[in-house]
Amino acid sequence: MMEWLAMGGHGVYVWSAYALSAAALVGMGVWPWLALRRARRRIAAALAPNQPVRAGDRKRPEPGQGDVA
Amino acid sequence: MNAFATEFRRDLAISARHGAETMNPIAFFALAAFLLGLGLGQSTSRLDEAAGGALWVLALFANVLAVEGLFSRDREDGSLEQLLLHAKPLFAALLGKVAAHWIVSGLPIAALSPLVALLVDVPPSGMFALALTLLLGTPTLALVGAIGAALVAGTGRGGLLVALLVMPLYVPTLLFGSGAAMTALGGGDPSAELLWLAALLALSITLAPFGIGAALRVGQEY
Amino acid sequence: MGKATEWFRRTFHRMGSPRWFFAGSRGWMLGLYLVGGALIAIGSAWGLGFAPTDRLQGDSYRILYVHVPAAHLAEAVYVAIAIAGAVHLVWRMKMADLAIAAAAPVGMTLTAAALATGYIWGIPTWGTGWVWDARTTSMLVLLFLYFGLIALRQAVPRADRAALAVSVLAIVGVVNIPIIKYSVDWFTTLHQPASIRIGERPSIDPSMLWPLAVNALGYYLFLVGVVIAALRAKIIEREAKADWVRTWVQAR
Repeated sequence: MMEWLAMGGHGVYVWSAYALSAAALVGMGVWPWLALRRARRRIAAALAPNQPVRAGDRKRPEPGQGDVA
Repeated sequence: MNAFATEFRRDLAISARHGAETMNPIAFFALAAFLLGLGLGQSTSRLDEAAGGALWVLALFANVLAVEGLFSRDREDGSLEQLLLHAKPLFAALLGKVAAHWIVSGLPIAALSPLVALLVDVPPSGMFALALTLLLGTPTLALVGAIGAALVAGTGRGGLLVALLVMPLYVPTLLFGSGAAMTALGGGDPSAELLWLAALLALSITLAPFGIGAALRVGQEY
Repeated sequence: MGKATEWFRRTFHRMGSPRWFFAGSRGWMLGLYLVGGALIAIGSAWGLGFAPTDRLQGDSYRILYVHVPAAHLAEAVYVAIAIAGAVHLVWRMKMADLAIAAAAPVGMTLTAAALATGYIWGIPTWGTGWVWDARTTSMLVLLFLYFGLIALRQAVPRADRAALAVSVLAIVGVVNIPIIKYSVDWFTTLHQPASIRIGERPSIDPSMLWPLAVNALGYYLFLVGVVIAALRAKIIEREAKADWVRTWVQAR
């Protein structure tokens, strides 16, 4: 096992290159999901009434009434 | 060829009217070479080998700075829109504009380069070759640079963006140009590199005007 | 008109509709993420643990399995962006513009990853990370081309207009790429110091090639999935005012 990790003395290079590639792939994979969630929350916030209200206090606005910046 | 001549003459006349402004790229080139010689500690031995490449990079910078404003004045006074609507063929008219621009930016830099080369201790034998490479290379730089200038013309953003867009595209011209200059300074025969520079020039004359035209049309829509 | 042509025509038209794409792409995206991710995992494990050691380079050659797919895709993404740019210029198709916006950061990340893994690979192999070799130099130029695409998009105030400028720039870039590659190649082979030789090896043993094929396919599929996911996010951002987007947001 240790021998495998050492990669014939080149372990630092091999593992850092793989770690870096994995980080890049995960980053690219996750980023669009975060972007979509951010966009969805922004739109939802814009559609929601301005002040936080308790349920039943006021009618929910129709879609299209909220101001989407 | 009529559209070419019209634009060529018009732009040259405008440049002549703005005399001092027209001198800027050449002054920049000389000043930058002066700073380069100064910064490297006036040591002859360190410079002479790399001088061809160094002067080429400076000429490239001077070109980027010069080409940036190529369309801004025409855009402001509306004559660019007229040109896009009426010039027939647009290809020739744009070529005329770039040619006029080169006459006042690239050509003086090439012509002046032997003098500037004195500042960085280029041997006299290499001066002529350096001027020749710049003579062949700077029109390509102007043509490619004009595409970037056309893209940015409508955004109101300045030179740094043009430089960012255009400088990667300058790579082939720089490689062959500085390669030819360094070969000549080293006493070799630079004709292979010079032929490549000529090929790049022919290619950019035939292709770049389409890019410039498309970029300007897009810019009208901003 | 044949059935296949008719199907293609209809699909192409539908692809132009962000709403249709958004509704139909979720399954594809998840599938591509899963299959691509699994292939990358298999290929990397194979390359790291089971492929034989190289006689000349030792184990450092295993970086190849992550370096080559990244470098290859970095270029493929740029070409794809240019094609999308042409489609956008000719048909003014909104989806093509959104696709460019979605793909450009992915391409830039891949280029950076290819450069970084190449640098790491270079240290044990050439004795130095950075070499003015034709392929590394072209890759760096590609990184700058991606910078330009992203910088230009941000410089133009309106998103839909920026797309046109970016399309022109992408096409200009793709015309230049072969010239850049050729000139860099010509220059480096002429001026390369003799101590560093980076030759193409005549053949690679199949036992070393298989993990590469698996990883390359995995990268392809995974990144198509990523671009689809990024495209979905761009659609929601750009179409925020459309009724169907509001309904979708409220249904969540």
